[in-house]
Amino acid sequence: MLAKTLFRTPDISQHLRLGSILLLPREKTRVNMEVFVARSRLTLILSLLALLSLSFRSSSSLPSSPSELQILTAERRIDLASHIIRVVLTLKVQNDGASPASNVLLAFPPPQVKHLALIQAAEITGKKKKKAVHPLDVKPSDHTDGPNGAKFFSISLRNPLTSGGSVSVEVSYILTQSLEPFPVEISQSEPQLVLYRDSSSILSPYAIKQQTTVIRTPSTKVESFTRVEPSSQIRTELKYGPYVDQSPYSFTPILIHFENNNPFAVVEELVREIEISHWGNLQITEHYTLVHNGAKHKGGFSRVEYQSRPSISGVSSFKHLVAKLPPRVHSVYYRDNIGNISTSHLRTSYSKSELEIEPRYPLLGGWKATFVIGYGLPLQDFLFESNDGKRYLNFTFGCPIAETVVNKITNKVVLPEGSKNPSAVVPFSVDNRAETKYTYLDIVGRPVVVLEKENVVPEHNSHFQVYYDFHPMFMLAEPLMLTSVFFFLFVAAVAYLHMDISIRK
Amino acid sequence: MVGKVDAAKGGAKSLQSPASNQATSKPDLSSMSTAFSFKNLKLKTKQQELLIRVSILGLVYILAFITRLFSVLRYESMIHEFDPYFNYRTTLYLTEKGFYEFWNWFDSESWYPLGRIIGGTLYPGLMVTAAIIYWTLKFLRFAVHIREVCVLTAPFFASNTTIVAYFFGKELWDSGAGLVAAALIAICPGYISRSVAGSYDNEGVAIFALLLTFYLFVKAVNTGSLAWSLASAFGYFYMVSAWGGYVFIINLIPLYVLVLLITGRYSMRLYVAYNCMYIVGMLLAMQIRFVGFQHVQSGEHMAAMGVFFLIQVFYFLVYVKHMLNDKKLFQALLRIGVTSAVGVAAIALGVGTASGYISPWTGRFYSLLDPTYAKDHIPIIASVSEHQPTAWSSFMFDFHILLFLFPAGLYFCFKRLSDATIFIVMYGLTSMYFAGVMVRLILVATPAVCLISAIAVSATIKNLTQAIRGKNTQTMSSKGTNSSKGLSKQQASLDQTIPYLKNGATALLLGAFYLLSRYAIHCTWVTSEAYSSPSIVLAARGAHGQRIIFDDYREAYFWLRQNTPSDAKIMSWWDYGYQITAMGNRTVIVDNNTWNNTHIATVGRAMSSYEDEAYEIMRSLDVDYVLVVFGGVTGYSSDDINKFLWMVRIGGGVFPVIKEPDYLVNGEYRVDKGAAPKMLNCLMYKLCYYRFGELTTEYGKPPGYDRARGVEIGNKDVKLEYLEEAFTTSNWIVRIYKVKPPSNRW
Repeated sequence: MLAKTLFRTPDISQHLRLGSILLLPREKTRVNMEVFVARSRLTLILSLLALLSLSFRSSSSLPSSPSELQILTAERRIDLASHIIRVVLTLKVQNDGASPASNVLLAFPPPQVKHLALIQAAEITGKKKKKAVHPLDVKPSDHTDGPNGAKFFSISLRNPLTSGGSVSVEVSYILTQSLEPFPVEISQSEPQLVLYRDSSSILSPYAIKQQTTVIRTPSTKVESFTRVEPSSQIRTELKYGPYVDQSPYSFTPILIHFENNNPFAVVEELVREIEISHWGNLQITEHYTLVHNGAKHKGGFSRVEYQSRPSISGVSSFKHLVAKLPPRVHSVYYRDNIGNISTSHLRTSYSKSELEIEPRYPLLGGWKATFVIGYGLPLQDFLFESNDGKRYLNFTFGCPIAETVVNKITNKVVLPEGSKNPSAVVPFSVDNRAETKYTYLDIVGRPVVVLEKENVVPEHNSHFQVYYDFHPMFMLAEPLMLTSVFFFLFVAAVAYLHMDISIRK
Repeated sequence: MVGKVDAAKGGAKSLQSPASNQATSKPDLSSMSTAFSFKNLKLKTKQQELLIRVSILGLVYILAFITRLFSVLRYESMIHEFDPYFNYRTTLYLTEKGFYEFWNWFDSESWYPLGRIIGGTLYPGLMVTAAIIYWTLKFLRFAVHIREVCVLTAPFFASNTTIVAYFFGKELWDSGAGLVAAALIAICPGYISRSVAGSYDNEGVAIFALLLTFYLFVKAVNTGSLAWSLASAFGYFYMVSAWGGYVFIINLIPLYVLVLLITGRYSMRLYVAYNCMYIVGMLLAMQIRFVGFQHVQSGEHMAAMGVFFLIQVFYFLVYVKHMLNDKKLFQALLRIGVTSAVGVAAIALGVGTASGYISPWTGRFYSLLDPTYAKDHIPIIASVSEHQPTAWSSFMFDFHILLFLFPAGLYFCFKRLSDATIFIVMYGLTSMYFAGVMVRLILVATPAVCLISAIAVSATIKNLTQAIRGKNTQTMSSKGTNSSKGLSKQQASLDQTIPYLKNGATALLLGAFYLLSRYAIHCTWVTSEAYSSPSIVLAARGAHGQRIIFDDYREAYFWLRQNTPSDAKIMSWWDYGYQITAMGNRTVIVDNNTWNNTHIATVGRAMSSYEDEAYEIMRSLDVDYVLVVFGGVTGYSSDDINKFLWMVRIGGGVFPVIKEPDYLVNGEYRVDKGAAPKMLNCLMYKLCYYRFGELTTEYGKPPGYDRARGVEIGNKDVKLEYLEEAFTTSNWIVRIYKVKPPSNRW
């Protein structure tokens, strides 16, 4: 990118982008340096206040003149209770321009875009009891980036917003891995403290008349937070605002340092294999690489303290996880590559099954564990025939373990041998490729639909479908093969017994 | 003879159970043959017999396999114990990297910093066998995991052993004895102890190879056929590739040949069999890198070579005798010939030994001939529990009724002496001696004991049934048309020369069946209770009768695998070396391949030194983590504190700084307040009992109560200066410590 801009005659926007790229790291290092060197809350806050001068001002190259729209009220609720950050943004947008507007843009600073797992929007109509929610389409916008590399998402409204009209939009998005442990390493007896960075005002390409931000922390133990008046702390809630008449691209960095002992369970890689057998079984095998992504464990691990003082020793560690499996699950196993792990419990009921798994050892910060969960399901619950004669599998996409982030998930749907024309329908964007797998008694191999996605949160546990053509005759291939082998074996035995092959007479 | 006549009369019997084959089914047979019109399904007597034999063998084959699956049912499909983990790891390497990589494998993960040339220091037979099975299954599109193949290799070969035992028994005695031998060996605990599913060790395939070699050799001696002796040479090659116990074969067969020569049973058949087997077998065995030129260089193999030359001299003499046709001249020649041959052999042996070309006997071999040798000279051999002399109870445990049947079988063998029975007698007697010397050699004796017992059982039952039937036919012929049942008692007393023969025989027969059924029950019980534990996973009964699993070993090994740097070096006592490399995937200082005594002694010295001295040793060995096994919380008795005296002895054997009396109080080994001060402050004690004094293990006992030894520990305030606790498993069985880096000097 840099080289390109040097050789071409750069226009203004490229200039700006170049500038923003260079600016951002510098800004970040400055924050970090000051945090680490000074280590004093006061200097920290002062330095952050000083950074206000760096706040985004330039707005010369705004895409599609968004100034036609303005936001009357904005309310943002950020939930920091677990390591998955859930944000709900309620906007009231008004069109001040002459022409109708069909899109509303949302802006995110680059670090947040990187960790953005999911974004959804809905239009709210009516109030209180008559309230209705209409889901809206959100797409990454193809607009050029905003100042300092801010990325845009565009919400397509149901009906174009006429001049002077207004609409209420609720946006919810999820950020992962945005809580930075500080101190980076803790010993067994210390609680886990994390930092959260954001802006006190909502980053938006539009002017916002009035806005508030409420941040919920898991406990009242907040070491420090940046004060941008008016701001206050009421028990587990930090409130920023209301701020009035913020210009577009206002950005006031804030830093919240608080205690969060929730399990930072991150699955670095999850490979799920869903194997369809038309003899009535759906076999699922899930390979996990689990890691505790919180503050790294420092020093020794004392079992006697961990056993006798669980409330103050290893509070941020976690011992067990709960996986929600579909009902009527059978033959569940839980093992790793050196054998079965005996510490698991399965509870089944009509509506759901819960598998409580304990890794071999408690996971302290930075510790890893790999394991495999496998189970079988009755096929009729998940495989259906569509109207055009195709068969389709309807199955959940994400990781069944509650409150985990999956950095990379690979869903492999292994179709029975002889099936053709596989196609997948997934409600969000995934990488799609095809493979062939050879397993028991396969000759031509089974087609495999591989669906990959990065940064997956529990909210991605929606259903996806894989359509394919299959002729039931292929079901008989393997039994026929086995019987014919035995048949020829016996024929050979009979032939051998009835022949005299000795050379001596 | 009589039995055959009977069988010929009862035609459509084949559809009944084989058990009713004997005399009992006589009356209903006539009605059967008239009632059913199975005319075209009727089998000839010979075919019937074949069908019964094949189906019994098939059932025995399956039984031998499934009785070994107790461990899979009770626990899981996993590799057991210590050595099998090494075998599993190498098999994995072989299947992943191919044979050449395996053959040239230098393993830097063990014996740090020395490393180990794996390809040149192992018997590859087992791994290659498992890999071939795996590749075959893969080719046939069976998507099995290599672990399952390894777990089931031993049961599979046990099944094959039953077939070999059948043919061997048939060769020795008759097919009846063969069937009994197959059935006995299928469930004999002495063999099961080393061949349950998961016991992926050399012995699993080696016993098959051993018995196969012996069978083929006996067959070769009986037939004088080159083909059979060649086959036996290949059997020997397989045995050499699989297990160090091949030395037994290469000494037993010459001994047998020697005995035949002495007893005047020399024949051309023997000459062909032995020469072919020895020469081809030796050349093949040299292809195994670990064995190399030992067949011509090592003292243990010299007997075979000596007998080889002896049999040539014998052949020459026989030839000369044939040519000379003069007795007196031949006597003189014999004297000169034998004297010079023995002289030349003695000189050759003397020169070879003196020049160092022929290596002297190894310690292991010595300890077999002299059971007290290891105890005095090689503590590392004596420290292994399976190298201890056998207690009589374990004979009873492993052989049960075979122990009584064995002498009976010997009696039958001597009664019908042949080349084959001489062999089995020699095999039985020598292996019985070795079984008495070392616990684990019961395994080698098991096939012989089973075969000889099978001869006893088969011969006895045959005699008894003949007695019963013989009288029956007599009464039939004498009395004719009378219905037999009611009158038979009278007739028995009237006709027989021996009174109550039939009753006595029936009672004895019932007694034999009772004994055999007790044997079957005993074997099943032993298999399920004693020999199916993987020893990695420990199981106990809780207060409410529920099963409690202690999976601490795997917890610790998996922790090592996941949460230590991949080049970390782990120091532990050598018992756990194979497991750490296989399951923990980390480098170890010493492991179960005890090839370097000094290295092991260094570890033993570190464990028995004070912490600061031990730190120096650990620094010099680049140790990052120290792993100890401690049973004080759970009452697990085979932990490192109980093994500690061996560490002191082995360490002291090389480094005289370590003296055993320093750790004892009045010759007594204790860990409580009265323990020796050196004991209370040595590294092993500190690592095992670090912070143990804060823990209450049992209700009503003071904190720091060691449940494995039943005492309150003597040093509750253990402070560590150079190490820190890195991980302790949930039941404290495995404790891992991190060696701290040296502190900054300024």
